[in-house]
Amino acid sequence: MTPQDTQMTVPSVEKYKSLKAVMPIVVFLVPAVFFLVVFLLYPLISSFQLSLLDWNGLGTGERFVGMANWLRLAQDRLFWKALGNNLELAFFSVLFQMPIALLLAVVLDEASKGSRILKILYFLPLLMSSVALGVVFKNIYDPNFGPINGFLSAIHLDVLARDWLGDPRLALGSVIAVVCWQNIPFYMVLFLAGLSSFPRELGEAARLDGASETTIFWRIKLPHLQGTVRTAVMLAVVGSMRYFDLIFIMTDGGPDGASELMATYMFRTVFSSFQLGYGSTVASAMFLIVTLVAAVTMRLTRRYETEI
Amino acid sequence: MSSTITSGSSTAASGRSLLVRVLIPVLGLFWLAVTTLPFIFVTMTSLKSQQETFVTSGWSLPQSLNFENYLAVLNGGFWTYLRNSVFVLVLSIVLIIVISSMAAYAFARLRFRLNKPLFGLIVAGMIVPIHITLIPIYLLTRNIGLYDTPFALIGPYVATALPVSIFILTEFMRQIPKELEEAAKLDGCGTFGVFWKVFLPLSGPGLSTVAIYNGIGLWNEFIFAYVLTSTPAYRTLPLAIWDFQGQYASNIPAILTVVTLTSLPLIVAYAFGQERIVKGMMAGALKG
Repeated sequence: MTPQDTQMTVPSVEKYKSLKAVMPIVVFLVPAVFFLVVFLLYPLISSFQLSLLDWNGLGTGERFVGMANWLRLAQDRLFWKALGNNLELAFFSVLFQMPIALLLAVVLDEASKGSRILKILYFLPLLMSSVALGVVFKNIYDPNFGPINGFLSAIHLDVLARDWLGDPRLALGSVIAVVCWQNIPFYMVLFLAGLSSFPRELGEAARLDGASETTIFWRIKLPHLQGTVRTAVMLAVVGSMRYFDLIFIMTDGGPDGASELMATYMFRTVFSSFQLGYGSTVASAMFLIVTLVAAVTMRLTRRYETEI
Repeated sequence: MSSTITSGSSTAASGRSLLVRVLIPVLGLFWLAVTTLPFIFVTMTSLKSQQETFVTSGWSLPQSLNFENYLAVLNGGFWTYLRNSVFVLVLSIVLIIVISSMAAYAFARLRFRLNKPLFGLIVAGMIVPIHITLIPIYLLTRNIGLYDTPFALIGPYVATALPVSIFILTEFMRQIPKELEEAAKLDGCGTFGVFWKVFLPLSGPGLSTVAIYNGIGLWNEFIFAYVLTSTPAYRTLPLAIWDFQGQYASNIPAILTVVTLTSLPLIVAYAFGQERIVKGMMAGALKG
């Protein structure tokens, strides 16, 4: 065997070996990469491309307009109003869902009897589709035949009866109430898991030292839950920034934009006004805002988690 | 000094325990009412006739058990929506399970340079708000001729489920002991054999989390189904509520009957496996 021969064979064996090693990696990853590129990455990029067009989405009349849509967005009062509503949804979601969920988790943690069956029933709203819930609560809020106004008139409080979804001052609040109603059990189960991981000895040691139950809750149990609460806040905030379903079904952003969110505004711009280019601008802006909010809240929550 | 503290706190403790004994059940039952009243309202109304809802209060019991609404809805195309939902769900979940477990195995066990960056990129995909992919996917679906078929939904459903599923399964597979893998290799298994005979069977709990979390999400999915299909013959159950709402206009009992019927499959499943479903949904949402 001449030196030249070995030089010829060694690389080819290596090549064959590396091919054999690479083959499974490729085979295992190709299906996932295919779906993610076609249905997630490509739409993401395409959305930014479409945001530079003036196009109704139907024919071939698309026109490149550069940054015109983005300039329009910067001055679009409706979009900023929608963003404001997203922030309002985030704020009230945190304000109402966290304390109520925490209270219910404490209730379930303390109630030994029946807590399992209560937990199971409390969780039911999370199984419902948003269309089902939206349609149900549209009927519950109905000003004429709805049970809320019916109940108010039965106890002679007709003065409090309102057009819950039709009044611009009330529409967003009415929908937020339903969003909270559906999501509170989720955070409740989360906090309950946190509470049940609380080491019993810690509470007993504090009790021996003369701490009252109230002190134990505020000073020991709640700090123990801190990480869980921060995770919950992050989920609620990010979820609110991209929220769509119940608002779309119950009010479609109305009346007169009173309950409009970024996502419902994007949807109407594209599928009702047929401004596909501008709708894509709204979608792209929404992506940037959600990513920014997610990055900020994640960093905040992570930093605090390590502090504990 | 110390005695005053102890006595003070012990009275506080006993005072609280009385308060707690009253407050806990009251709060527990109050939230039970808040949770269940809408469900009771829906069920009761679905058993009424249309005239009855106009003249009686929303909280009155139905005058007689009236199953006409149920018969009307069941004979009015409900089964087509159900069949489409089952078809889309089964096909999507099978694809999600197969594709994400394969990818998870590669990320958990195979060594290659792009392992970490690619995994990080896929996990970052969880942040993408799915609604912003709606417009390009709508255009894509029209261009490849899948618009208004049940197949239109498979691509977006699988893709949106993959990041969280791959994340859950990768975490799970990383914990499978290396020794099992080596033993299988000694027995003559190749990479595919190890995946098929060792990792897949041992990932049962992870796979069930992925199936439950995505299954419930996709069963209830509305907006892609609404945008990518238009004919009732190809639409899924959440759209049944939407379509019937247009069809029945102000017939509230009929609409709430559709709500009851479309929600029933999941509630029945929940009755059989509450713990698993709660756990699956929590795990999925926390990772997402």
